Amino acid sequence: MKTIFRRFCKRKASVLGLIVLILFVLVALVGPSLCRQDPMAINAGQIHKPPSAQHWFGTDYLGRDTLTRLVYGARISLALSVSAVLSGSLIGVLLGVCAGYFGKRVDAIISRVIDILLAFPNLLLAMLVVAILGQGLFNTAMAIAISSVPSVARMVRGVVISLRSSQYISASRVMGESNTRIIFTHIIPNSVSQIIVNTTLNLGTAILSASSLSFLGLGVQPPNPEWGQMLSLARTALRLNPSEALFPGIAITLVVMSFSLVGDGLRDALDPKLKNVS
Amino acid sequence: MLRYTIKRLLQLIPTLLAVSMIIFFSIRLIPGDPISLMYGLSEAGGVDPAFIEQMREQYGLNDPLITQYFRYMGNIIFHGDLGTSIVTKKPIMDELMNRYQYTIVLALGGTLFGSIIGIAVGIISAVFHNKAADNFLMAFSMIAVSMPSFFLGMILMLVFSLNLGLLPSVGMKGVKYAILPVATLGLYAVGLIARTTRSSMLDVVNQDYIRTARSRGVSKTKIYLSHAFRNALIPILTAIGLRFGILLVGSSIVETVFTIPGLGRFMIDGISHRDYPVIQSTMLVFATTFVLVNTLVDLLYGFVDPRVKYD
Repeated sequence: MKTIFRRFCKRKASVLGLIVLILFVLVALVGPSLCRQDPMAINAGQIHKPPSAQHWFGTDYLGRDTLTRLVYGARISLALSVSAVLSGSLIGVLLGVCAGYFGKRVDAIISRVIDILLAFPNLLLAMLVVAILGQGLFNTAMAIAISSVPSVARMVRGVVISLRSSQYISASRVMGESNTRIIFTHIIPNSVSQIIVNTTLNLGTAILSASSLSFLGLGVQPPNPEWGQMLSLARTALRLNPSEALFPGIAITLVVMSFSLVGDGLRDALDPKLKNVS
Repeated sequence: MLRYTIKRLLQLIPTLLAVSMIIFFSIRLIPGDPISLMYGLSEAGGVDPAFIEQMREQYGLNDPLITQYFRYMGNIIFHGDLGTSIVTKKPIMDELMNRYQYTIVLALGGTLFGSIIGIAVGIISAVFHNKAADNFLMAFSMIAVSMPSFFLGMILMLVFSLNLGLLPSVGMKGVKYAILPVATLGLYAVGLIARTTRSSMLDVVNQDYIRTARSRGVSKTKIYLSHAFRNALIPILTAIGLRFGILLVGSSIVETVFTIPGLGRFMIDGISHRDYPVIQSTMLVFATTFVLVNTLVDLLYGFVDPRVKYD
């Protein structure tokens, strides 16, 4: 654990990413209770105002405080992407392990399905799910979870296939260990580092997809302060008050970038055998 | 090569059939009766059930799903008929033909822009590995990948059209109108293509045959551009193919930012209005285009790397 942390710290950019993420998580957790204003409070006298002492990040088309909405939005964006990616990864890992470990028929069926789903660009798959389920917070999370399953499953399948033929797995099998036991005590622990790295990288993608869906009006619905949706509202007043778009845009970029940096750092730290060219 | 090409083309048939089935049957899961939707009637409204039944019969909605699927596919393949939009009541094919060009221009233009700049950035980074130029370019790529395209598009619009007044910000009436949207999509692609190019080049540069070439006195520039680049090309092509799919669907975002009447916007409006024939057809076109482009990329592998043919 200590060595992992030391190796992670070698990459300064990743440490920076981790710090930014921790800050955003703190904002999401305690921020709303520190805010003096209500994210939904409409103020007709303060429409599209640039940053000022009273409204540090300015206000939107209903006079709502951008900073407050951004803070509440952090909660929505992070909770949405974390829950979506975790559930998507769980299903993906299960499918991938089954396909890779059992091989033959099971693998043939799962792999065909994955191949077909991979014929859809990720965002299109998410849109298809939204088209069926409808918009909203929960459905957006579902859409992102489902659209992340195929790539996770394929990655895990590859890892498991390379593990399956190793000698210690054969040895366990000869010793009469059950499949379930082999999967949970050998296969999953040995592929966990790649799963963690992949999940971290997916978190960034999930934030991008969720905010894109909300920007298009297919994701989180008003009046919930979601970052992508805030940008969508700011678009109409871009010339009048650019700060309205700037702050949520920077927030999304920072969080997405931090997840990528932390993911890269984790890859170096957890799996030194993996080729590291960056 | 011919056998490989034919094999890849034949593989298209089951893939496209499966894709069309997934779309067709998932769209059938949308709750609500299409006829009630079509006539703007609420389910509880006092409509003559006999009328709805008659319309259902007329549109063939009472047939088994599998019959409906084959009829839908048959109409597309033999009559070029994608059905009628519930909202506009117009044939979807006409609308699609008008809009597809914009989306293709955006996706292809963005991919081309992203590939040219991305490969250049990647090669420069690899040449100056771990020097200041490399660090700067990689930081730039990182930001480009992380920035949502709607945010980037709005920044470009704010700077180049609203503040400087150099380029139009709305619509698609000529080359000048395409610059900002294509750049928005392209910059998003730059990040990944640059990173892939760089790491793929660095992989190749550490191989024995490159060291051999170096020891025989071949110049560094020549090694990078002719020996290394050609051998690093397969992962780069894969990255470009994948990016194309992302840009294709991402065009819906850029079309929203720059108010372009493209196919992506048509699909989004379809989803918002639950216009299921539109959703079904636009998604089919998007997925088919993506599958075709990926097949094309696979075929390119064969040209780039002769070893692929023998698989």
